Amino acid sequence: MGSVYRARDMHFPNITKLVAVKEMINTAPDPLVRQTVVLNFEREANLLATLTHPAIPRIYDYFSQEDRSYLVLEFIHGKDLEAIINETNGFLAEDQVLAWAVQLCDVLSFLHAHKPDPIIFRDMKPSNIMINTDGDVRLVDFGIARTFQVGQRGTMIGTEGYSPPEQYRGEATPSADLYALGATIHHALTRRDPRLEPPFSFAERPLRRINSRVSAEIEAVVSTALSYNPSDRFANAEDMKEALMGVARKTGALSKVRVAPVSPAAGIKPIWSFKCEDEIRSTPQVAVGMLYIGCYDNNLYALTATDGKFQWKYPTEGGVVSRPAVYEGNVFFGSQDRRLHVVNARTGKVNWTYFTDGPIHSSPRIAEGHVFFGSDDRFLHAVNVNTSRSAWKFDTGDMVRSTPAIANEMIYVGTEGGELMAVDYRGTLKWHFAAKRAISSSPAVSPQSVYVTSLDGTLYCLGAKDGWPVWRFRLGKGSVSSPALIDNMIIVGAADGFIYCLEVQSGREVWRFRTEHQVSSSPAVYRDAVYCGSVDGNLYCLEYRTGRLRWKFETEAAIIGSAVVFDDVVYVGATNHHVYALLA
Amino acid sequence: MRERFRKFVAGLSGKSGDKATTAPLSEKQIDSIVRQQENTNAMQQLIAATGQSVGKQREHNEDSVLAITSTLAGMSNNVPFGLYVVADGMGGHDFGEVASNAAVRIIAGHVLRKFQPYLFSMPPEQPQDSLQEIMEAAIRVAHEAVQKDAPGSGTTVTAALVLGDQVTIGHVGDSRAYSVHPSGLVEQLTKDHSLVRRLEELGHLNKEEAANYPHRNVLIRAVGQGDTIEADIFTIPFPHGSTLMLCTDGLWGVVPEDVILRSLVDASSLARACNNLVAAANAAGGPDNISVVLVQMIG
Repeated sequence: MGSVYRARDMHFPNITKLVAVKEMINTAPDPLVRQTVVLNFEREANLLATLTHPAIPRIYDYFSQEDRSYLVLEFIHGKDLEAIINETNGFLAEDQVLAWAVQLCDVLSFLHAHKPDPIIFRDMKPSNIMINTDGDVRLVDFGIARTFQVGQRGTMIGTEGYSPPEQYRGEATPSADLYALGATIHHALTRRDPRLEPPFSFAERPLRRINSRVSAEIEAVVSTALSYNPSDRFANAEDMKEALMGVARKTGALSKVRVAPVSPAAGIKPIWSFKCEDEIRSTPQVAVGMLYIGCYDNNLYALTATDGKFQWKYPTEGGVVSRPAVYEGNVFFGSQDRRLHVVNARTGKVNWTYFTDGPIHSSPRIAEGHVFFGSDDRFLHAVNVNTSRSAWKFDTGDMVRSTPAIANEMIYVGTEGGELMAVDYRGTLKWHFAAKRAISSSPAVSPQSVYVTSLDGTLYCLGAKDGWPVWRFRLGKGSVSSPALIDNMIIVGAADGFIYCLEVQSGREVWRFRTEHQVSSSPAVYRDAVYCGSVDGNLYCLEYRTGRLRWKFETEAAIIGSAVVFDDVVYVGATNHHVYALLA
Repeated sequence: MRERFRKFVAGLSGKSGDKATTAPLSEKQIDSIVRQQENTNAMQQLIAATGQSVGKQREHNEDSVLAITSTLAGMSNNVPFGLYVVADGMGGHDFGEVASNAAVRIIAGHVLRKFQPYLFSMPPEQPQDSLQEIMEAAIRVAHEAVQKDAPGSGTTVTAALVLGDQVTIGHVGDSRAYSVHPSGLVEQLTKDHSLVRRLEELGHLNKEEAANYPHRNVLIRAVGQGDTIEADIFTIPFPHGSTLMLCTDGLWGVVPEDVILRSLVDASSLARACNNLVAAANAAGGPDNISVVLVQMIG
């Protein structure tokens, strides 16, 4: 712990000679600890003073004053490798990393050949490697290059991330430095900080899986350096350098060749497709062999699910963007003509309609003999499905375009004012939560938690009973996509074009998949796959555990509604007026 | 309660005469009826107890423990609130107690400050940060403080923040959180950040080798160690009907699960259960400091 200052050496008043002054503040209250800390510091100074190598900064002086100790070192114009990795967009070039790695092998050879005892650096990592303005490496911070204190009583601590397994056991060998160098190269080429990954998990993250541009040769060198058993690694730094030089020779000629990304089998053919008269922005519903879908041409269409044959259409006086619900032989759906329409599922004849005071974008949900839906009139409506009378309506204070989710004997719904409301079956507010912008998506609910996205660019996990925020996940942009819950994962799209998969207990990202445009569609999970549309015109089928692309289907027009999967068939509508049926 | 109910059921069937054949209610049915009745008017609340001992072979206690149990007056109903932490300090120079002590105090201070507007202002305001963000920040602040106050040392931290019926756990190191169900199910909720567990996970050690591994005490993560700290943070439903147990390796490392279970089930109160557990660890040699927190949700 301590700071490093840039200082000017006043022994040379006529020129500007810069030096680095490393300051260490001894904050330990215990005198014994304080003394040990000073001893360690002086040991570092003495060790450094005996070493002469271009990649090791020269030491000019050291001193202690009150509770501070100072080391005066050669000033290095440059940046440390960790900063370089973080500031680089994308990956560092393999050739560049290779050149640095070769220099690091040189300095390790020098240290390991030190007499009488080899010096083990013990703390090789990007933040201890400076790259000077000439592009050469300098190894800094020898603070840890001291005898590992073995036989300490009680629990011991090892440094996580770059160190090999045996270093945790108190064994420090030249081979440990080579492992750490391998880990450093791995970090530089993959941008994956090993301190944020499980220890010794490099084998699970081979270089080329993360950065497909690096050569197979360097991957082989890094994986040898990172072998679990020291005997499987390079025997010494010279051998590792030789192997790296071999890579440089081989890839020198091939460095411009890039491995093209594998594109999954194109030419997915729909089982059938059906053309409506305007854009489809809604999600279909499948029930009893029929597919129902609303369209901007004001109609609700009923098609045979197996072959897409037209059965009937029912005209409203506004666009239909809500997803129909089917209940006891009737289809329920809202329209921008302000009405909830209830029509016979077989014949398309109207049974009854229910007026609200605003266009309806929210989809109806049916539970306990009532249909629940929101309207632009600011109300959440509960209508008895048998009497077609309003049971109650709840004033949310803003337009309700979100589809209510019903679970735990509660109705959860978002508003354009950014509130998430939890209302019980009697229409009494139990709790509410304020996001920073509109909540247009529908929440996903488990017995414990409510998951909902907002245009504020956040996926919220709230306690189902009290609305307390449990965790928040920052999406790249706002979202109107409703999350899908599967196992212990939650999958959702966002306007930044990504489909995200997070762990429900911790809100940590499991994977993300990039589409070419915003994702307004809500993911549908079926068996081991997730189906999600994008405004880039594709319907994507991804493996839900890994986010790996299985296939994509191109419609050439934005997909805004969501897919539904039923009996191994995926149904989806697109803004090119078509509804498609595809084999899942 | 259950006995009373059984008598009541027996009384009913007695009245209807010997010849009447009534299928007796199964244990499960009785349980569910009893539970339903208990739920009708009981308010949810937490009870907790702690136990600690220096053990039989150490001179210093490097463990620290904290238990705060309360009920928050909420908007519509009262919400159980609890914060429980165990920490096992380590590092040379007998500096472990400074580390564990600092970590526990700082985590408690940070969490309580975040809840202050909810606890003491009218109308109550929910914290701006999520529960997991509060926990994460608390551990990060503790990490920085340990680095400053006790350089070179470190501490494990296993903290449980209970709010309503969810518990948010923050965890670094090899202290543990368990859910112990009286039926015998002892479930470890946290994963040790230890070398031995990592090696086991990678398949380099089998269970038996792991149990006899000489470096069982080596951690790969500790509060106060390393540039950055990454805690495991997750939220789970409070294990209803079970006991939430936080403890240091002075307990779980020496007392087998069946003894833990028995110590809990046989005790007349949570405080006694803590005593039993500490006594069991000392009876097994007490090689390390022992700390335990037990928490139950009633209602």
